[in-house]
This record gives sequence, C-alpha cells and structure tokens, in this order.
Amino acid sequence: MGYSNKVLDHYENPRNAGSFAQDEEGVATGMVGAPACGDVMKLQIKVGKDGVIEDARFKTYGCGSAIASSSLVTEWVKGKTLDEALTIKNAQIAEELALPPVKIHCSVLAEDAIRAAVDDYRKKHGEAK
Amino acid sequence: MLKLPIYLDYSATTPVDPGVAQAMIPWLTERFGNPASRSHAFGWEADAAVEKARENVAALVGADPREIIWTSGATESDNLAIKGAAHFYKEKGRHVVTLKTEHKAVLDTVRELEREGFEATYLGVRENGLIDLDAFRAALRPDTSVVSVMLVNNEIGVIQPIEDIGAICREKGIIFHVDAAQATGKVEIDLAKLPVDLMSFSAHKTYGPKGIGALYVRRKPRVRLEAQMHGGGHERGLRSGTLPTHQIVGMGEAFRLARENMAAELPRIHALHDRLLAGLSSIEATYMNGDLTPGRHVPHNLNVSFAYVEGESLMMSIRDVAVSSGSACTSASLEPSYVLRALGRDDELAHSSIRFSLGRFTTAEEIDYAVDIIRRGVGKLRDLSPLWEMAQAGIDLSTVQWAAH
Repeated sequence: MGYSNKVLDHYENPRNAGSFAQDEEGVATGMVGAPACGDVMKLQIKVGKDGVIEDARFKTYGCGSAIASSSLVTEWVKGKTLDEALTIKNAQIAEELALPPVKIHCSVLAEDAIRAAVDDYRKKHGEAK
Repeated sequence: MLKLPIYLDYSATTPVDPGVAQAMIPWLTERFGNPASRSHAFGWEADAAVEKARENVAALVGADPREIIWTSGATESDNLAIKGAAHFYKEKGRHVVTLKTEHKAVLDTVRELEREGFEATYLGVRENGLIDLDAFRAALRPDTSVVSVMLVNNEIGVIQPIEDIGAICREKGIIFHVDAAQATGKVEIDLAKLPVDLMSFSAHKTYGPKGIGALYVRRKPRVRLEAQMHGGGHERGLRSGTLPTHQIVGMGEAFRLARENMAAELPRIHALHDRLLAGLSSIEATYMNGDLTPGRHVPHNLNVSFAYVEGESLMMSIRDVAVSSGSACTSASLEPSYVLRALGRDDELAHSSIRFSLGRFTTAEEIDYAVDIIRRGVGKLRDLSPLWEMAQAGIDLSTVQWAAH
C-alpha cells in the first residue's frame, strides 16, 4: 500500500503526541473507536480562559493513516475556539493527507475525536451544547 | 553484509532457486516443442522433460508419477479436486466438510458448491489452530462426499493431523482432499502410506516458478474427478491445455531440490525460528498464535500478536523487513484475519498480528536485525497507543465501553 508523503511525515514525526493529566485545568478528552475495529484515538485539548484551544495531545492505536489523521488534527485545533474546531471536517483531513478511499474512515474518526473532546469540555464546564 | 530490505514473507511466495531458473531457460528458447506433439523430436524431448519433472514431483511426496496432474497452481488444484470430486460423486451425497481456517482457494470453492446446491460444514478449530477430531467425526453425515483439510496452515503454520482425518474418511468412504501448498519441503509427505485421495501442490511456495502446480489423484483405490477445464484432453482428460514445459521443468527441479535439501534445511530453519521466537518473546505483551509444539507446527512460520499495537502501523515502522499482517488494514475488507478469529483470538489481537515466514535464504543476521527493528517499532507505537497507556494504568480494556464505529 502506498502512503502519501504527508502521512509518512506525520507517522515518522508525530505532532503533539502524548497526554495531559486528566485533572489539569482546562483539559478535556475525547476517546473514539474500538480496539476490535483496529483503531482507537484519544484527543485531548487544553482550553484557555478565553475559550481558545491553547494546546492539544493525541494517542492513537491504529494504522499509519489513523495516526497521521490524529496528529494533523492536533495541529489544526490549536488557536481555534471550540466552535471553530467543530468546523473541521473529515473531507479536509482526507484531502490534506491524500488518504485513499479505504482510509477515509481514519479521517472520520479524527473528526469524531474533535467532537468528543469538545463535548467533554462542555460537559465538564456545564455549557449547553 | 546485511542487504535491505529483508524478506521474511516466504509463505507468500519464495524466490525461484537459481538452479531452478537455470534449468527452465532452455525450455523457453531452443527446446520449445509442444509436449503433445507426437510426430517429431521437438515434441518428444519436451514430453520427456515433462515426465522427468512428474517423477521428481511424485518422488517428493511418495506418489506414483501417474498420479500427478499438472495445473496452474494450488488454487486450480483445489478447484479441480473439490469441485471435480463433489460433482463426480454427487449421487453418493451432496455434503462437503472443511475447516474455517482453510485457504480462500478452498473456502471459496466450497462456497461455489453451496451456490450449486451442495451443503457445507465449515468446522471451527481449537485454540491452538488444530482440528478437533471428535467434532470432525460428529460433523460427518451419511451424505458427506468430500472432506478438505489443509496440511500446513498458511497463516499460523500449524500441521493438521491428516493421517487421523484420512483414516476417519476411509472408514466412511469419503473422498479426502488435502491442500499441501505450504507443506512441500517443510514436512515429510508419504502418499504411499497416507490415507489421502487428492492433494494440491504449488511450485512457487517451494522455490519454483509461479503459475504452475499439481494435483495428486490417487490410483489405488481409484479416485474419479469431473474435469473443470475442457479441451484437447491433456492430463488424461482431467485438465486440458498445452503443458508449459518450462514451468513444469521448474517445478520438477524445485521439488527435486526440496527432497535433496530437506534434511539439512529443516534444522537450520528450526534454529532461526527459535532465535526469532526468543527475540520476540523478550518484548513485553506478545502472544504467539497457533500451536508451537514441534510436530504440530512448521518452523518456517511464526505468527505473533503485539498487543496494543496495530499490525499495519507496525509494518510501516519496519519497512525494511517484509512481513504480512492479519490486520484488517492490510486488506480492503476491514475484517481482521479470519484464521486468527477462528482460534478465538479477540479482534484486537488479530489486528495486532504479524506473520513472519522464514526460508532457504534467511540468515541469523537478518533475524537479529528484524528483532531489533521490531522491538523499536513496538516501543515507538506503544508510546503512541492509548490502549497501552490504559493497560499500564491497570485498566482492563475488556471492561471499557467503546464507542464502536
């Protein structure tokens, strides 16, 4: 299977890999996927007092395209408000990484991870959806 | 000097042995005759070469040369054996028994018979990948006409007890087919003694060329087949089509070399297997798939699940080592290996599996290099893995409610 250079780059040099402490101020976590399906993504965002995502971390169990999709998303959400982050769509991720059709589900999962992390933040901070 | 990339995928295919390639060449150029041409020397010498090759194939497996039919490969042999026997003996019954862990060439052929109105039982296997003989006996019916069980499994390398299976089939008058594509040169096969009626062979898994195989069809007691390919009546009417002399010569020479080298090759591969096993076992949370007991497993194969690491991403991190994976991501189906699932391995471990297969040209240096690069790859990917992080934190992953997609 051929990989695009961008997938290879994110795979070789993952951006923002790692974890924040769960109880850290402003941190929210989204975990999506299932081991039985072959991919699990954990996306964490750290939201500042101004409601802007200051930083992000990811950990992913999955193929190279899943790792690249989540790595890319950590870069994209930084500096965005929660609402802006929610506008990131799987098609943009797939296009940026030149994912082949069989790997589109990786970009869908990355979009789901953003939504799950934002939901978690809002739940913790009592914000209505 | 270590040459990269390293090939550890001998169960997918093997290189043609240089001696085999040399033997084939004259039959493409100056000795190009059609073995079916009875009227001149071009045909006679090609025919003699084909018969010599037939003897070499027969000799490796303890058969009579007249029991060997040339085909295009093990897939065609499986088709001819299973459909040919099921069709010929359809008055006896229309029920076929096989295993869930068979190669697709067998499974899909049996599916086709089902579409034609036959009934089929796909028997599960035990956790070690081997057939449960009691369950097998119980699956047989008065109208069972054909049983197909492979000798060596392509994914996990286990050796099925075909002697015992064959004895049960004999007792019940059922035709017994064995796919031995992964077995030649790896295990002793003596069809003079084995209660097997039909056996499929492939050249390219045993250092011969692709595109040629054979089917063993027992003469005593005689096994009948309905031809699947019609035409000039070659191969006693069982498989029409001009014989590819060069391919056949290649398969004959490859099987001759296998017979000659087996005694020396097996202990060498065993040592390499043990070296690989020791190296990989030293990596935390690795699981070996399939029975590893000598006699139930060929040393050419090692199928390992590296928990919390997905197989395709691991293959990406070890790009200088050619292996294959049971991960769904390596196929378009999104389903992980059906063989590992049949062993009762959970899907996560099936997604995390890598098949290493060793062969004639594998060296100890290559094994050491592979172990080292895999250790690093697994380490890197576990650092990235949320599952590994959770496991380290003492979370039992089976209790987690996953957001399935």
